[in-house]
Amino acid sequence: MLLFVVSIATFAIFFLVPRLAGMSADDLASRYVGKAANAQVIHDTAIRLGFNDPVIVQYGRFVKGIFTGVDRNYGPGIEHCPAPCLGYSYVSQNPVLPDILNRLPITLSLALGAAVVWVIFGVATGVVSALRRGSFFDRLSMGIALAGVSLPIFFTGIVSLAIFRDQLGLVGDVADWVPFSEDPLTWANNLILPWVTLAFLYAAGYARLTRAGMLETMSEDYIRTARAKGLAERVVVLKHGLRATLTPVLTMFGLDLGLLLGGAVLTESTFSLPGIGKYAVDAISNNDLPQVMGVTLIAAAFIILANLIVDLLYAVVDPRVRLA
Amino acid sequence: MSPFLDVKDLKIHFPTDDGLVRSVDGVTFGLERGKTLGIVGESGSGKSVTSLGILGLHKGRGANISGEIWLDGEELVGASQEHVRGLRGKKMAMIFQDPLSAMHPFYTVGDQIVEAYRIHNKVTKAVARKHAIDMLGRVGIPEPGRRVDSYPHEFSGGMRQRAMIAMALSCDPELLIADEPTTALDVTVQAQILDLMRDLQREFDSALIIITHDLGVVAELSDDILVMYGGKCIEYGSADDIFYRPEHPYTWGLLGSMPRLDREPTERLLPIKGSPPSLINVPPGCAFHPRCPYTERTGDKARTEAPALAETEGGHLVRCHMSPAERRDLWENEIKPVLETP
Amino acid sequence: MTAALALVASACGGGGGGSKSSTGGGDAAPASQYKAAVTQVVNPSTKTGGTLRMGMPGDFDSVDPGDMYYGYAWNFARFYTRALTMFKPVPGEEGLQLVGDLAEDLGKPSDGGKTWTYKLREGVKFEDGTPVTSKDVKYAVARSLDKDILPSGPTYFNDWLDTGDYTGPYKMKGKLDSWKGIETPDDRTIVFHLKKAYGGFDYFAMLPQTAPVPEAKDTGSKYKEHPVATGPYMFKSHELTKRIELVKNPNWDAATDPNRKQLNDSIEVLLGQNEDDLDQRLLSGKIDVKVNSTGVAANARKTVLTDEKVKQYADSALIDRTWFTNINGDVKPFDNIHCRKAVLYAADRSAIQGAYGGPDAGGDVALSLMPPKMTGYQKIDPYGVEATPGGNVDKAKEELAACGQPNGFSTTISFRNERAAEKQTAEALQQSLGRVGIKLDLKGYPQGDYFKLYAGKPDFAKKNGLGLMVYGWGADYPEGFGFFQQIVDSRVIRPAGNTNLGVKDPKIDALIDQAAAETDATKRGAIWAQVDKQVMDSAFILPYVWAHGLFYRPPTLKNVFVSQNWGMYEFLTLSTQ
Ligand SMILES: Nc1ncnc2c1ncn2[C@@H]1O[C@H](COP(=O)(O)OP(=O)(O)OP(=O)(O)O)[C@@H](O)[C@H]1O
Ligand code: SF4
Ligand SMILES: [Mg+2]
Repeated sequence: MLLFVVSIATFAIFFLVPRLAGMSADDLASRYVGKAANAQVIHDTAIRLGFNDPVIVQYGRFVKGIFTGVDRNYGPGIEHCPAPCLGYSYVSQNPVLPDILNRLPITLSLALGAAVVWVIFGVATGVVSALRRGSFFDRLSMGIALAGVSLPIFFTGIVSLAIFRDQLGLVGDVADWVPFSEDPLTWANNLILPWVTLAFLYAAGYARLTRAGMLETMSEDYIRTARAKGLAERVVVLKHGLRATLTPVLTMFGLDLGLLLGGAVLTESTFSLPGIGKYAVDAISNNDLPQVMGVTLIAAAFIILANLIVDLLYAVVDPRVRLA
Repeated sequence: MSPFLDVKDLKIHFPTDDGLVRSVDGVTFGLERGKTLGIVGESGSGKSVTSLGILGLHKGRGANISGEIWLDGEELVGASQEHVRGLRGKKMAMIFQDPLSAMHPFYTVGDQIVEAYRIHNKVTKAVARKHAIDMLGRVGIPEPGRRVDSYPHEFSGGMRQRAMIAMALSCDPELLIADEPTTALDVTVQAQILDLMRDLQREFDSALIIITHDLGVVAELSDDILVMYGGKCIEYGSADDIFYRPEHPYTWGLLGSMPRLDREPTERLLPIKGSPPSLINVPPGCAFHPRCPYTERTGDKARTEAPALAETEGGHLVRCHMSPAERRDLWENEIKPVLETP
Repeated sequence: MTAALALVASACGGGGGGSKSSTGGGDAAPASQYKAAVTQVVNPSTKTGGTLRMGMPGDFDSVDPGDMYYGYAWNFARFYTRALTMFKPVPGEEGLQLVGDLAEDLGKPSDGGKTWTYKLREGVKFEDGTPVTSKDVKYAVARSLDKDILPSGPTYFNDWLDTGDYTGPYKMKGKLDSWKGIETPDDRTIVFHLKKAYGGFDYFAMLPQTAPVPEAKDTGSKYKEHPVATGPYMFKSHELTKRIELVKNPNWDAATDPNRKQLNDSIEVLLGQNEDDLDQRLLSGKIDVKVNSTGVAANARKTVLTDEKVKQYADSALIDRTWFTNINGDVKPFDNIHCRKAVLYAADRSAIQGAYGGPDAGGDVALSLMPPKMTGYQKIDPYGVEATPGGNVDKAKEELAACGQPNGFSTTISFRNERAAEKQTAEALQQSLGRVGIKLDLKGYPQGDYFKLYAGKPDFAKKNGLGLMVYGWGADYPEGFGFFQQIVDSRVIRPAGNTNLGVKDPKIDALIDQAAAETDATKRGAIWAQVDKQVMDSAFILPYVWAHGLFYRPPTLKNVFVSQNWGMYEFLTLSTQ
């Protein structure tokens, strides 16, 4: 249902906005031809891309493609793009779905890796800050956290590349994308800075959330009970305190991860990682509707999936949710 | 020989942004094994702080603690945190006020008891689990083998309190502190829990402190009773002293506010007017004087001079400027008759 | 923010450059010289081996030779394809010369320039060993006619070849042989028949669209996944939009190819790179060459121009592009030539040069429309710009008086919102034209629709009184036709999406026709120079900057020079050993 709404909205934005601005089908098509195409070429392109059909028909075609696949003429012959087919790019003419799936491992590696880093650092910092509330560490880390959320990634990204790769040489030259299965070392080398940079952005939020949560949790009665049992403070904090704090963290994590899997737009652009986010940026800047549709649908699917998983995990984490 | 638990001039003060909170301000009492002490007082009088203080739970949390706490010949105020932690749960244990919030919502009742047991007993999980089931059975939880895997929210209030008790008793503590163990429960369940505690105390021969703002709860259970007001002890004596020969106007008020089965619970005979004192700016002189109906009898003294805790007879201590005779006279002639009107 | 970036960039650039030069020799003498590669080959070497690492901020429009339109794509395509002719890969003016590539020599015109015949070299093979025949070339050109399947390439063949009703081999299967627009009398001869005479056909023959494509291996819009090679390199892999790897083509024979070498073992292109980071990696030598048309971007430019250690490895060179503003004769009072000339006199071109980045990064002050390194350029300066680049207020006032507007007038100037330089240009014009009483209203439009909906739509421009429209144009190839035709020929004007924003002068149109038909290159060049002069005289265009690119070559890069033809480094000769 949500996917449906998202797809209609994307379609509407794509067609209605230019129409309102007074663009004709040919005007639209002129975006997808060569540098100096003549009117005839533009007109033919409009017809080929079906821009003269009513929007609803075009939308129908898109939906049909998802369920029955699409036949397209690639020149020497006809090719069938099997269902679920998200169509072909207006610009590069590549099929959309394989392109996106192809990029999935990159975005996945980036998002999951960064998530590990930010959860560990964010939560740890939050816990320590909460326990040493008001201390130098607390103030320092909360200050850094503030910087983390407020600095744009294309800035921290470029700066970190300049410092850690070019100046200090801590990270080798970032090669083109290498999958984990092929060469784990290069994979990690390529990703470590994006992970850390992206994690820096998110860790801040988690540190603050964890800190606030811990401050609240640590004043709960059951923490006093745990202490009264004679538990070591470490166990009290980690097993009893943190456990209860993790619920809101988990919620936030699910949402963040879902969004990220739909593409870490800025990070991927900054670090030249050809993931889904980069794809989305290119698709939007090229006005490439099939790509935009494809990537929004996939992104929306990830968000839905992430929410679902969070809901399920919620029940695992918090037994009170299980019965309710 | 000093008693099993010997608290001497215990002071627990919290420095806060608003000022120093004198939650406990010089409390002294003793308790033997197998005996029960009731600590009563209004909300905010320092009962919980006292008991947590005995368990050492204020240590290292920015509180100023002074005085002495001797437990079985060992001084605890000066002992290391780590040492006191080792005693917690094993030598002394605590039952908390609201068992729903005092038990961790994410762990099963069994797990929480197992955890408590295994801190002090190096046994396998399976053994500890058997022990937990055993304990749950002993505190009267039906089908303990099944309920051991329930979460606190799946228990009724009374059952939760029983589970709390099971947890506290899992390591056979020699000192058991029950902080308002029945406040959250209805009257029938209250009685059951109190019975249970009494039985268990006898069985384990432990020293028991029951904390409450309700004198009725301690009436049957306690050997001694300590009445607290504004962080200080204002009357201390045997249960008989407190119930039959109370000498402090505040204690009279407490007795007057005891709910009785033959009256409407809202009906109070001698309600205490006003509200408990601030622990930061304790009223000068007698802390109770703004609310005391007999302030005038002691004149300016009530406002200027703090009364000392003085013995009237046989270990019965009272903190009031009025003379023992005057107090006894008031009790016999003015208070007791009112309280006893059917 | 930008300052901080520049700081970081310079810190790292300086470090990288420093360590490099110390390994290359003492610090005393610079290892290289700024602009050295503009006129000569820097670091000549014949050593083989290694990988040439190229990086690109975006992606090629396509790597299918029949479907590409950008200079850097055409430059790159010659690694793996051979068109009929090519620009000589040498520095200096000689690089503007066309020579035979797949063909033995340039084309032989006949029928007054309506028929062009090429003879293919002997022994050229595809990467799989199959010999290349003239039919493969015919097929390649024929398929490029189909803009449905291959939309990106230029339309010169569609426009000039005698196509009749032939629409390409995809739509008209099996009709290739019966189409006579191109004939292949034998395996090595190919004959092009044009609709009308065109003297510069050798330039069309240079387009990658004439690089042979074996019909059996043609996969239409998917051909770019693996274009079949005839050049010294062939595709090993093409991860679309991510990465290209070329390796040696074993069936390339140096004996058939006097213009190419095969020095690198392989060539790698990283696509879709973050431009700032790509520049940093270029400056630190981790990337050998950047694939784009204007060189390093704004942030790195600062480092390059301010740090001598870095600057010695940079080149600023003309790129066959002119920045200019159209003066719209549809909007009064610009229907009067004197009012147009007033603008040409009053404009402060130095200020605009500054807006585009100054002489190194921006370009030279333009004296006329035609970029000066193009074939046929002759220096003219009808408005005395060289002497008074800040504008000639007196002459401007004279023209205003002649126009009947002695006190000036008000009009609107449009520009592309996303382009800071264009906005600053509009402001500079507002300032300098204000000196003679011409008041400008600034109006920015989104660049994506600038031509479709705004400045390039005559109706709109007229209705909204866009008297001045900030613009710029680059040549497809360094010859008059490839530069002028799209922007000054009044017959290309259409209802929307124009490239000619309103130059309407029958004299220019006639000259263009004359030049197109001329088969003698020298004479043709002279006519283009006349076109340039006529454009200045009719005063529909105010040119101000001949654009430069600022390019960087890491010290390790060998055989580097800026091709006059491409207006960027010649890719073909680059190597690393
Ligand atoms: N950590 C602390 N910091 C500052 N003040 C505290 C702290 N702990 C307790 N207090 C204060 O000490 C006073 C006594 O609290 P305590 O919990 O002992 O009261 P109580 O007698 O147990 O009351 P109740 O019947 O409501 O449980 C209260 O005013 C409380 O606000
Ligand atoms: S000292 Fe005075 S004020 Fe205080 S309790 Fe006794 S009679 Fe009341
Ligand atoms: Mg309490």
